[in-house]
Order: sequence, then structure tokens, then C-alpha cells
Amino acid sequence: MGATPSSSTLADGLAPTLAAARPRVRIQVADFDASAEIVALRAGKPGVGAVASFIGVCRDINEGDSVAAMTLEHYPGMTERSIEAIIDQATERWQVLDVCVVHRVGDLLPLDQIVFVAVAAAHRGAAFAACEFIMDYLKTQAPFWKREQTPQGARWVDARTTDETAAARWALPTRPTG
Amino acid sequence: MKLLYFARLRERLGCAQESIERPPEVATVAQLRLWLAARGGEWTEVMQADRSVRVAVNQDMAQADTPIADADEVAFFPPVTGG
Repeated sequence: MGATPSSSTLADGLAPTLAAARPRVRIQVADFDASAEIVALRAGKPGVGAVASFIGVCRDINEGDSVAAMTLEHYPGMTERSIEAIIDQATERWQVLDVCVVHRVGDLLPLDQIVFVAVAAAHRGAAFAACEFIMDYLKTQAPFWKREQTPQGARWVDARTTDETAAARWALPTRPTG
Repeated sequence: MKLLYFARLRERLGCAQESIERPPEVATVAQLRLWLAARGGEWTEVMQADRSVRVAVNQDMAQADTPIADADEVAFFPPVTGG
């Protein structure tokens, strides 16, 4: 699946100094560019055969009410630490080469990107599984809180039991992945 | 000791953070919650009656019997809703 000459040149150009300096976890107000994040994640790692990524996006409806805007709050320090711990669990469990997580905070509008997770691995099984694991754990363990603006006023979003269920299934024995 | 409150709890209590002199008898998370509940009003509602409240000590999730010391940072928050 030939990468274009320009994209491979860009990836090579970023390696390895920039890649080594990149933190695995970033919490930021600014938007992110998923393509640029993936290029940076892969840079200088010829052992990568698969990248799985996920983007969470702000919807215009929740619990049956229209959502005009959303504010995301976090616990500076603990949020980064808890996501780092989740990534460590994923890398112990699957053969993962590198991970990038970007989570936005502050004011967001419908259509805005909220969260980005990308996992680079030798093979797709580990990349898919680790990406989903990281998202499921992030949703239930990383200290973020959403506040929505609806026609009925502002409200804090309640935690969902479906998210707890999604995270709990990873406690089951892992299927071999390759 | 530094106390932090987040999201819905911060709004209910009208407090984002505070520094307290820890009384010697307050040595665990559960004892701190009871001590804060004695302030009355919303404090009692949140610290005594609300079972959904999460607590972190020095940015690690804590349990009722987690010990606390003077230099600790203790945070109270509702279940998380990121992602």
C-alpha cells in the first residue's frame, strides 16, 4: 500500500529527534491534526506494520436533548498520569511499539474533535485491541468531566454504565492477537 | 493539607480548592470525609451521603481507608465522563 514519496520523506524527516521528544499524552485546548499525529507516531520506526486510531467527536445530541456546546474540565497532573498508566497497561498486554493520546479540554462545539488515540504495532491485532482498551479505560478512569449546554440549561454529563461494562470486559482473559 | 474539588462537586460546594490544618484524629480518607461533612449543608450531602464521590490522594485513586498526611493533596470528584 505504497506511501507516497512525500509522506515517507516527511516521516523520515521527523525521525528520530522530534519523535523521541514527543510526550505520549497531551492535554490541550487546541485542535489536533490526526494525520500529522500518525506521521509523527510512525516516524523512525520501520518495525511498525499497523496503526489503529480512534477519534472521539462532539455530537449535537445527548440523552435526547440537543447540545449547543460542551465544556471539558480535567485534573491537571492526575489526568496525564492516569492516561500514562493506562498506556503502560496496554503495552504490557499487547506488543505495541508506540502510543499517542491527545485529549482536548475547554469549550467545544458539535463537530469538534475531542480525543485522539493512535497505537502503532507490528501487527493489526495488537494495534486494534490496544486502541480500544485505551479508549475504554480512558472513558472510565481518566479524570475528565463534560458539561453540556442544552435548551434546558447547562448540565454535567452523568457517567454511563455502558462505559463501565465496556471497560470491564477487558478483565476477561485476552485472546491471542497478532 | 491541600484539598481540591472538581466539576459538579466544585459547583455544589462553591469551592475549587482550599488548604486545611489537618486535625490529628483525621488520618484516613473516610475520617476526612466525616470531618468535612460536619460543616453542614451541601458538605454533609456530598461528603456523607453521596456514594458516587471519588477521592484521589496525591493523584492516585484512593479508598475509604487510604491514609492521609499533612503534605498530601486530596481531590474529590464525581465519576469521570471524558473521551
